[in-house]
Amino acid sequence: MNANLRFWLGAAALGLALVAGLRLLGNDYGYFAGYFVLQYVVLAGAWNILGGYAGYVNFGAAGFMAAGAYSAIVVRQWLGWDLIPGIFAAAVVAGLLGLGTGYLTLRLKGVYFSIATLCLAVVLQTLVVNWDYVGGSRGAYIIHARDIPPFNSYSEMLFIVMLALAIITTGIGRAVEMSRLGRGLQAIRDNERAAEAVGVPTLRLKLVATTLCGALMGVAGAPLPYYSGYLNPEAAFSLAYAVNAIAMPLIGGAGTWAGPVIGAVLLASLQQAATVTISSALNLWIVGWMLVIFVAVAPRGILGWFRKRT
Amino acid sequence: MEFDLSLLLNGIVSGLLLGGLYAAAASGLAVSFGMLDIVNIAHPALMVTGAFTVVVLGTWLGLDPLVVAVLQAPLFYVFGIGIYNAYHHFFEKRGDEALQGLAFFFGVMFIIEVGLVMAFGPEQRFLDPSYAYTTWRIGDIDLPLRMLVPGLFAMACIGGLFLYLHRSFTGLAIAAVAQDAEALRLMAIDPVRIKRLAFGISIALASMAGGALVVVQPVEPSSGQVFIGRVFAICIMGGMASLPGCIMAALLFGVVENVTATFFGPSWSPAVAFGWLLLVLAFRPQGLFGKAA
Amino acid sequence: MQNISRRDFGRLALASAVAGAGVSAGVFPALAQSANPIRIGFSMSLSGGLAGNGRAALAAQQIWASDVNAKGGLLGRPVQLVFYDDQTSGGQVPAIYTKLLDVDKVDLVTSPYATAMIAPAMPVVMQRQMCFVTILGAGVNTTFKYDRHFNMNVVGDNMKETFAKGFLDIAGTLEPKPRSIAILAVDNDFAQRAAESARFLARQRGMRVVYDRSYPPSTVDFTPTMRAVQAARPDLIYIASYPPDSNGILRAASELRISAQMFGGGMVGPQLAAFQAQLGPILNNLVNWDIFSVEPTMNFPGVAEFLTKYREVAAKEQTDVLGNYIPPYAYAQMQVVEQAVKRVGKIDQAALAADMHSQVFDTIIGPVTFSSTGEWAHERNLLVQFQGITDGDLERYKRPGAKVILYPPNLKSGTPRAPYGTPA
Repeated sequence: MNANLRFWLGAAALGLALVAGLRLLGNDYGYFAGYFVLQYVVLAGAWNILGGYAGYVNFGAAGFMAAGAYSAIVVRQWLGWDLIPGIFAAAVVAGLLGLGTGYLTLRLKGVYFSIATLCLAVVLQTLVVNWDYVGGSRGAYIIHARDIPPFNSYSEMLFIVMLALAIITTGIGRAVEMSRLGRGLQAIRDNERAAEAVGVPTLRLKLVATTLCGALMGVAGAPLPYYSGYLNPEAAFSLAYAVNAIAMPLIGGAGTWAGPVIGAVLLASLQQAATVTISSALNLWIVGWMLVIFVAVAPRGILGWFRKRT
Repeated sequence: MEFDLSLLLNGIVSGLLLGGLYAAAASGLAVSFGMLDIVNIAHPALMVTGAFTVVVLGTWLGLDPLVVAVLQAPLFYVFGIGIYNAYHHFFEKRGDEALQGLAFFFGVMFIIEVGLVMAFGPEQRFLDPSYAYTTWRIGDIDLPLRMLVPGLFAMACIGGLFLYLHRSFTGLAIAAVAQDAEALRLMAIDPVRIKRLAFGISIALASMAGGALVVVQPVEPSSGQVFIGRVFAICIMGGMASLPGCIMAALLFGVVENVTATFFGPSWSPAVAFGWLLLVLAFRPQGLFGKAA
Repeated sequence: MQNISRRDFGRLALASAVAGAGVSAGVFPALAQSANPIRIGFSMSLSGGLAGNGRAALAAQQIWASDVNAKGGLLGRPVQLVFYDDQTSGGQVPAIYTKLLDVDKVDLVTSPYATAMIAPAMPVVMQRQMCFVTILGAGVNTTFKYDRHFNMNVVGDNMKETFAKGFLDIAGTLEPKPRSIAILAVDNDFAQRAAESARFLARQRGMRVVYDRSYPPSTVDFTPTMRAVQAARPDLIYIASYPPDSNGILRAASELRISAQMFGGGMVGPQLAAFQAQLGPILNNLVNWDIFSVEPTMNFPGVAEFLTKYREVAAKEQTDVLGNYIPPYAYAQMQVVEQAVKRVGKIDQAALAADMHSQVFDTIIGPVTFSSTGEWAHERNLLVQFQGITDGDLERYKRPGAKVILYPPNLKSGTPRAPYGTPA
């Protein structure tokens, strides 16, 4: 109990300190770069619930994220609802999608599951491209207010929303890890048949995990159309999301709640910094090498590396 | 669109030809992914690397792309052995191949793709063989050599591989590795050596597939991306370790795509093809042509 | 500023432009810093799917910068380009523009290449009330309605009613009169708008649309699609495609011996050197949308000089070796900025926008005026036809006659030849 309270208080304090620091810095770039990093904290944390704890690798992160983004666009066009209801809608839609994937792929172990998620992303993208209501291949525009009191700017609001989502996701990840659900998932990762034999309800646990994972990925995508003002299927289903969703938890330390946070902050900051300094194909190249070197040298991620040392 | 027999026949034939290209791309993966359990997601990127070296060498030497693909295959074999050594040293030996190994190949894919952009620029490259613009016609059916020759070339490569796997001692050992590596050890054969060799072969096949790709279309560094989903789908539907299954699945995949494109418009062909794979995975996870586990 | 003589200054500016060329932002000699350059910021796709055109545009803009600096700069200040690679990823664009505007504090911004990259920059640029000259966007401002947005693209305000007009006008002159049309378009914004225009205008003229479908960009084999087009027996075939698909479509058409009174439309690809080198005679009689051709009717002052300079650097920068597509427009985009700044005499975003709305710009691609939405006031969609192509030799595309202009009438440099392909 005490530890839980400490986590939430600590996270809230860190969040407030970030907002205060960026306000002092006084330019919008901080918010945009921060948003970029934090969306990956959410995405990596979501991936970790299924991939890190249960060992089921989801290649379709971009698909779930896009499902979230397009849910936000649909509720806006259909009901005129704004960002926050959009996030809830994204959670519901992507969560159901996760549940569906869970059902469809119950019988698939290991890499088959991964390939199925990859296919799911392709099928979803085809559907979106052919769905004119959300812009189809032409993409959808979202025009938002320039200012939104009491925040300094719209980008500050987006940053704070994403910050809250990142804290919530990390909190959920931590709660999963501490709970029976997390222990069950770890048993599945270590040996699914043995877990089943000793009475772990593997089916139910996997369904909970796929749903939760899907919902959180959807949440990560919901503010995306508001962030860029325009979204087309190519941007929403970008391979970069799928790659980063896997690379970040692995680099930070998969299967721990802090691992995805560390990996996402490190890798996303590096990418953002490289975009505005090196700014060429070399930038992506470095990310590739980072991933390869990290998984080779530090297979348990940064966290695992430190734990082994101490 | 009203039903038209010639359309249907041509849809099927062009699908079979496209399937030939898919078989070329998927056969290497059937070895690495199907037999060795190495999820080499970088395989299509390696195929595109092969295509680029084919264009460069072929332009320089003035040779046919497929000839160059065969000539450069030993280089790719050696390259594959290098990749396997790194993979084995860092992942397989530690028992980390599932998650970390996957991430490793994801990274390799990224490095290759971006490396190609840096080395060759983002523009398209091409090398047309002499028969590139010839089409054979049998009745109502068109057989463009641009598609037919790479398809036959792929079948020849896979046929050769099939014979090698079933006739030679090393080939049998590779097939055995897929079943039970421990049993091999008991027979005093080093399974790591066999796997290294097999992985080298799979990358050499990527070189062949690269040659086939150059004949079919111009290449750019990101050309591999559209193949990732398709080749894994084909391997799984083919029942993983089975080469005949792989060919059957590749041909079927091509036919489904092209017949859909002919009659329902090309928009839906990826959804139909991949939706079909999802169903196969859900209801027959051992693949269409695999034996039940 | 006054104590530096004009000549010294020119040398200084030249030196800084040379030092800056090819090197990314931030690296700028301390010497030039003291000269207080005018900094123009933008993001450009230097890697990823649009990198081919992105790099070509950048090469042209760098030539512009060194031209301007060689003439003594803008308002007596040297010009410096500050650019970042957006990796053809729309998600990167908003952060890049906030960095340019809030951290680098650039004086002016221009756009990345094409709609999908321009649109994500718009909210950021609008919030800071910057004047924004974009390149090759399509209808971006119909949603944003931003009065300081200007787009360098020939399509103008009303793409639906004008884009395919030339194609159908030319078709109208053919004998026998074409009665049916097939439309095939890739699933992306520009191609869908092009197809919409063709559909709309064809119906208006009483033509039958016998095939009308889209295809996904991941398509590998176009044989079945083109065969379905062929089976519909259209008199005209209108394709709106992107590279590398355009290549697959044209080769499938040649393998299937597809013939039509007119074939082409809004294909992107045949404008590029790599295509022309590979496809050679397959391009003969193709009637396609374009924005530039080295015909005498388009020999605007300065464009030949520019192309000579561009072709010198193209090989080194790994960009399109001919530069007959984007590069002149990218150069002209910067000329618009240059001329507006010169006329206004200071960096004042409101005044620059007012100037751009009211004045005529003399660029290397001809005179340009902007409408109230910031599109070209008069659309200038070219329809060109490849004629007399015997092989993949690119030299012919440096001279008139290989890609003749059929439309619009005031730029016309040749007469249409029909049909496309050999009729069975």
